[in-house]
Amino acid sequence: MGIRKFDTKVQHLKYKVLREVARHAWNDTLLDNVMNIPEMIVPGKTPTMRCCVYKERAILGKRVKIAMGGNKENPNVIEVIDIACDECPAAGYEVTTSCRGCLAHRCEDVCKRGAISFDHNHVAHIDKSKCVECGLCAKVCPYAAIINRKRPCQIACKVKAISIKDNNAAAIDNNKCIQCGACVYQCPFGAITDKSYILDVIDIIKKSENNQKYRVYAMVAPSISSQFVYAKLGQVITGLKELGFYTVIEAALGADMVAQAESKELAEKGFLTSSCCPAFVQYIDSAFPDMKPFVSHNLSPMAMLAKYIKSTDKNAKVVFIGPCTAKKAEAKLESVKPYIDAVMTFEELQALFDSKDMDITTLSEDVLENASYYGRIFARSGGLTDAVKQGLEEQNIDFELKAVSCDGIEECRVALLKKSKNVLDANFIEGMACVGGCIGGAGCLTHGEKNKAEVDKYGREALEKTISNAVAVLK
Amino acid sequence: MIIQICVGSSCHLKGSPEIVELLQKAVEEHHLENDITLTGSFCIGKCNRLGVTVQVDDDIHVGVTKENFKEFFSQHVLSKLGKV
Repeated sequence: MGIRKFDTKVQHLKYKVLREVARHAWNDTLLDNVMNIPEMIVPGKTPTMRCCVYKERAILGKRVKIAMGGNKENPNVIEVIDIACDECPAAGYEVTTSCRGCLAHRCEDVCKRGAISFDHNHVAHIDKSKCVECGLCAKVCPYAAIINRKRPCQIACKVKAISIKDNNAAAIDNNKCIQCGACVYQCPFGAITDKSYILDVIDIIKKSENNQKYRVYAMVAPSISSQFVYAKLGQVITGLKELGFYTVIEAALGADMVAQAESKELAEKGFLTSSCCPAFVQYIDSAFPDMKPFVSHNLSPMAMLAKYIKSTDKNAKVVFIGPCTAKKAEAKLESVKPYIDAVMTFEELQALFDSKDMDITTLSEDVLENASYYGRIFARSGGLTDAVKQGLEEQNIDFELKAVSCDGIEECRVALLKKSKNVLDANFIEGMACVGGCIGGAGCLTHGEKNKAEVDKYGREALEKTISNAVAVLK
Repeated sequence: MIIQICVGSSCHLKGSPEIVELLQKAVEEHHLENDITLTGSFCIGKCNRLGVTVQVDDDIHVGVTKENFKEFFSQHVLSKLGKV
């Protein structure tokens, strides 16, 4: 197909592996063919990605393993493929040959650590023993002669969980990592990737024997409205049912439930941080443990709705499909495990469609209508705050909301830091680890300027205009 | 008696919120709170263009609308409970 489905070629490569693994899994031929997948993807003798086809295949072998669930001994859903790591330079701030040896020496003046000196040609040098990598010198240089040679994964990782091992490959500190997947999306060599549980999904669907043994519910995140843009959303829904799901439900209905409960909880406690983004919750856990009591006690929209589904149908299994790698980790939590049976990303869903050679653009359009405008806009930064405000109003709760919407984990850090020092002028922190909110998630097929507008449009199309109307059917 | 109302996408568009409300009112009107448990379902597997699907114990009724609700309620709920 000539349609561009992904942002990068790294995603496309990962997708090809997932697709082939899935194809064999449906046919029960995976065990016999697992060793052949690398050669199938990289045939012949001419390398297209690395030094030789043998290295390409060796790395693909690792990708196959991760597509099949990855290293079971490592609890982190994000994994480094050592041999795929290109060992990018990681020297930090460096003066390049663009330094003209000027007179102004802004770099020297701005450096509070006295790390900059000049040689006999007046060219600047950075003393690495003094430099703290603040970057001020790079900012003030009129020739942009100072650059930051940091690895893309380390730049992407705002929680500083990535370091460099002795063998020069990247390493993830599991105690700091929030499993948001930022590094997965940013590594230009695809050396960091998220474990896939598509084999669990396929197994659940197959063993349901056409939903006779039990029923398999697909719960889709509202950010789906900005994905699969080459087809209609209704065709994606039909595609999911063709894959073998019993029915499809909007996670946004869970968001409506959360908005209602969280606004109540906020008014009772007086201060709250949101519970929907698992990476944000994990960040508080690892970096701001003193703030833990302020985290909303509500389950996330995913878990909340899955719990409800299982209360109405004892024979239900629930698969969550979203943009998020951290959701894969959330599903393993003791508090969530009983409700969610598997999690996969939009990338992985695309691989499943194509593993069945399904062209969803040829399918009829089904409907998706469970949630309100407010539940649906949870997918983008600021949406949760709008929903909590609405929840307070609808329930006639007299509470003056002063919210701070944190767009990305860096903004989350600032707000949490202020709160821990008691200088935050707000009573609600909406925390979204990905920039833009869920539409910026690492498991999205594409990331674009229009995504927020797509989510808002999808929100406005909701039949139910208020949170209470949407949740009214759940009594 | 357990009455399960389908609130999945297809039935939602056919008006399941209204049917939920009508059922809640009818239960109240006839004082059947102790006899009937109302619950939701996200798909009873009978999606159609006629109306909402409602399951009364083991019997599935398709095409319930606010127009035929009264008839549905007396025929399939009240009569079953011996209240007519």
